[in-house]
Amino acid sequence: MKTALRLRRFAAPFLVVALTGAPLVALAVDDPAEMLPDPKQEARAEAIGSQLRCLVCQNESIEDSSASLAKDLRKVVREHVAAGESNKQVVDWMVARYGNFIRLSPPVTVATLLLWGMPVLALVTGLLAAFLVFRRRPQVAPLSDAERARLDELTRGR
Amino acid sequence: MSPELGRFALSLACVFALAQAILPLIGAQRRDRRLMAIAPGLAVGQLVALAASFLCLVNAAITNDFSVSNILENSAVAKPLLYKITGVWGNHEGSILLWAMILGICGAAVAAFGRNLPSALRARVLAVLGGVAAGFELFCLTTSDPFDRVWPAPLDGQGMNPLLQDPGLAFHPPILYTGYVGFAVPFAFAIAALIEGRVDAAWGRWVRPWAVAAWAFLTCGIALGSWWSYYVLGWGGYWFWDPVENASLIPWLSGTALMHSAIVVEKREALKIWTVLLAIGTFSFSLSGTFLVRSGILNSVHAFAQDPARGIFILGLLGLVIGGSLVLFAWRAPSLTAGGLFAPVSREGALVLNNILLCSLCAVVLTGTMYPPFMSLLFGKTISVGKPFFDAATIPLAIPLFAVMGFGPMLPWKRAQLWPVMRRLWVVALVTLAAFAVSLWGLSGVLPVLCATFAVWVIATSATDVANRIALFREPFSRSLQRARSLPRSAFGAALAHAGVGVTVLGLAAMSQAQHRVVEVHIGQTERLAGYDWTLTNVQTEPGPNYVAMVATIEIRHNGHIVTVMHPSKRSFNSQNQTTTEVSIHTNGLSDLYGVIGDRHGTDADPTYVLRLHYNPLAPWMWFGALIMAIGGALSLSDRRMRIGAPRRAPLADVVAAE
Amino acid sequence: MSNDISPSDKISPSGRSGGVTRRRVMMGLPLVGAGVCGVAFWKMLAGMQTGSFNPHDINAPVTGRPVPSFTLADQPPGAGFTAADLKALSKPVLINFFASWCIPCIAEMQALLTVQKRLPVWGVAYKDKPDNAAGLLKHAGNPYARIGSDREGRVAIDWGVSGVPESFLIAPGGTIIWHSAAGLDNDEVMAGLDATLKRIGG
Repeated sequence: MKTALRLRRFAAPFLVVALTGAPLVALAVDDPAEMLPDPKQEARAEAIGSQLRCLVCQNESIEDSSASLAKDLRKVVREHVAAGESNKQVVDWMVARYGNFIRLSPPVTVATLLLWGMPVLALVTGLLAAFLVFRRRPQVAPLSDAERARLDELTRGR
Repeated sequence: MSPELGRFALSLACVFALAQAILPLIGAQRRDRRLMAIAPGLAVGQLVALAASFLCLVNAAITNDFSVSNILENSAVAKPLLYKITGVWGNHEGSILLWAMILGICGAAVAAFGRNLPSALRARVLAVLGGVAAGFELFCLTTSDPFDRVWPAPLDGQGMNPLLQDPGLAFHPPILYTGYVGFAVPFAFAIAALIEGRVDAAWGRWVRPWAVAAWAFLTCGIALGSWWSYYVLGWGGYWFWDPVENASLIPWLSGTALMHSAIVVEKREALKIWTVLLAIGTFSFSLSGTFLVRSGILNSVHAFAQDPARGIFILGLLGLVIGGSLVLFAWRAPSLTAGGLFAPVSREGALVLNNILLCSLCAVVLTGTMYPPFMSLLFGKTISVGKPFFDAATIPLAIPLFAVMGFGPMLPWKRAQLWPVMRRLWVVALVTLAAFAVSLWGLSGVLPVLCATFAVWVIATSATDVANRIALFREPFSRSLQRARSLPRSAFGAALAHAGVGVTVLGLAAMSQAQHRVVEVHIGQTERLAGYDWTLTNVQTEPGPNYVAMVATIEIRHNGHIVTVMHPSKRSFNSQNQTTTEVSIHTNGLSDLYGVIGDRHGTDADPTYVLRLHYNPLAPWMWFGALIMAIGGALSLSDRRMRIGAPRRAPLADVVAAE
Repeated sequence: MSNDISPSDKISPSGRSGGVTRRRVMMGLPLVGAGVCGVAFWKMLAGMQTGSFNPHDINAPVTGRPVPSFTLADQPPGAGFTAADLKALSKPVLINFFASWCIPCIAEMQALLTVQKRLPVWGVAYKDKPDNAAGLLKHAGNPYARIGSDREGRVAIDWGVSGVPESFLIAPGGTIIWHSAAGLDNDEVMAGLDATLKRIGG
């Protein structure tokens, strides 16, 4: 039953799709009834929700997914927003339960330093390498003795 | 044509490929002309065998031969003919066979177009391609046999995922694979060069067309995939930053870098070692990305049958191909001589900056994609890296890239001064400033404004570049026309491809301002979005070949005038207990109106329907730009200087071409 | 090395041998990087086969925490329970979230029936109709001493449950000391549970 470990839970409806190459996308054409009446709060809830990963889907935010857990989490987000909590409070509430896995944008910690530092690291490495190559290589390299001899030979040949 | 014949043809292809991998290599080493000369024949033979094998699988699919387990699992009698054919590559085994066949086509193409290559180089290139092909054919024969039989044969197949029954997806894999596999040719050239220990301008000239061709296909493939996810999945978005998408973006970025650094090798004999490394890297990314996804390591929405045992075989193959080539690189590259000198401010300098930025982007996408499994392995911690990270990390690197793209092509080779170039750009500067003002007014957010501004900058500089070269408005028009005719097509191609990037980026920037609403409406009810009135006038049930559809009719008006009537629908398939949404999109080239119908609520007497309505400004430009890029690539390829082994032009033409 | 003379090869005649060594090291770096990645991938694949590495695991950070506060209604044939009930216990108990619509849960039942012989198992029916859940237990056997019903799935969210089946081991006093998001019908999961039980002397 090892496959049950990997394709665990909710596996049944997805198995069919998993055998093909198709994206396992469940569509979020949702119930408008779950949206908040205040458009400002709703917009804030959507912004929070789009930062939270649908846990049982792959790489989709809870706003994009129609999986039942995503629906529940959307509801929770809206309840918290309606209660006047800040974005950070809502995200913290989620992280307390599901860990950093739920954040589509991981927090900056020692462990994710390489990830967040990569843009700068790659750019600096590239620029530094190019700078060193340019510095090491003079604009016009002086001729070596052998080359000078060959040059003499060529000019004499004329 | 029985499946057994197909398997036999595949085995035959494998034998050809092994011979192609070994004999010409020995021949090139011993300078044995006869051994070297059999390489093209073997390459063509391999392709013929592969094509026969592939046709056998297609034939089994068309004739509903459900004794073949691959057909049984992915096809059904009721499936339309087109999808029976395209379904052949819609699964793991079939797609590997397609992959091998495209590799065969690449080999045969090198054999056909490479007549003017030095015979040792051609023999070695074909040998490398043969070796890679042999690996895939063995993989196909041993762990992913598409011709496996089942007994007794059932009367009907299990059908195909309805999401895959779409013309866009039908042609997405072959084009994308051609892009991936196409980079095998520059890779083979790189390996051959390492064996020979020589990289020179001629090598750059031979490699570049293959890189351009593969790049054009990859561009189309990625765009097609993104377009498919836009109009089929119905979520209103176009890019997930999903590992599978990243797996195609990573080689695209490094391939773009390769295409540009190969120019420096060709023109100036510089960046040789770097170009060889890029050629190896790009193909390695093509290989590892697609196959890691299949091993199940990467968490992806696109789940292929995930089988770790298969993964071990793939990993071994990757180790052999990538590890082997990097060992060769570590051993031979230090003895390659460094080449031409140039000042930091020059065409070469701009291309170096282009490479640094593209490779940084590549590194960021690669790190983001691979971070979760590595964190999990090393620290036992699970994290997710998704759209918010990628957006934040890639866009700031992309903007300087757009800036360099603008004036890079105008700098002269070797040594340049920025000021004279800048001075020629005052019109562009005005246009860009105007674009900045318009985007400030029209777009919200710093990054979209910057992206839109630089997109206009890229398009304007590309146009100016061509205008300058043909001395438009500086000389009589007839003279300009004459210059345009003698201007190499690759110059037009490059300008066009750059402009295509600008068009795509404009689309992306505008799409950040997309609006959508989810509403629940009665029949006859009108909702407003982005200045349009959307009225649901009718919903009815229509039977399809293997599904039942709920079809809505939505009338869209603007200021009282009817703009369009759209029919989004929702299909319930009988066979797999699955539903799909059929999006309806109305485009006027500047924006898309995008409607999706969802669930039915309410009572039978008074039903209500959930609608998802999107207004997507400049959405078509994203894919249109990609098409322009690919056309630019094709135009470059049609340049006779780009043709492999084509003799150099007369000196006079070269002077004109010398920018 | 080739004997060709090239201008750039002798930029720094004094540091030439050092330059060449450095060059060799630089050219070897891609190989080292690819090698490290290759080993890592091999470990991942091997781990996936034994079950010790699961890239799809969420690893909700629940172990070491007290149980969240909750109240669960009765799910026939068992009686519901609350956080206070768990905190009042003097022996460890296994909490198992299940549903009749979940195939791995049904596959897990046999293993749970074995476990309940040495460790009390309390069940939570996750987003399940009470009749369906009762039907499953009637059909497959009932391993649960008490059963609560979480119709809305909200209690599960407080527990960090992302799907069913999911199991938690609660130490006396109401602390979660072990958690598995996979079914107990897996040897690796079972071994983890046994090790934890041994550790607390249960």
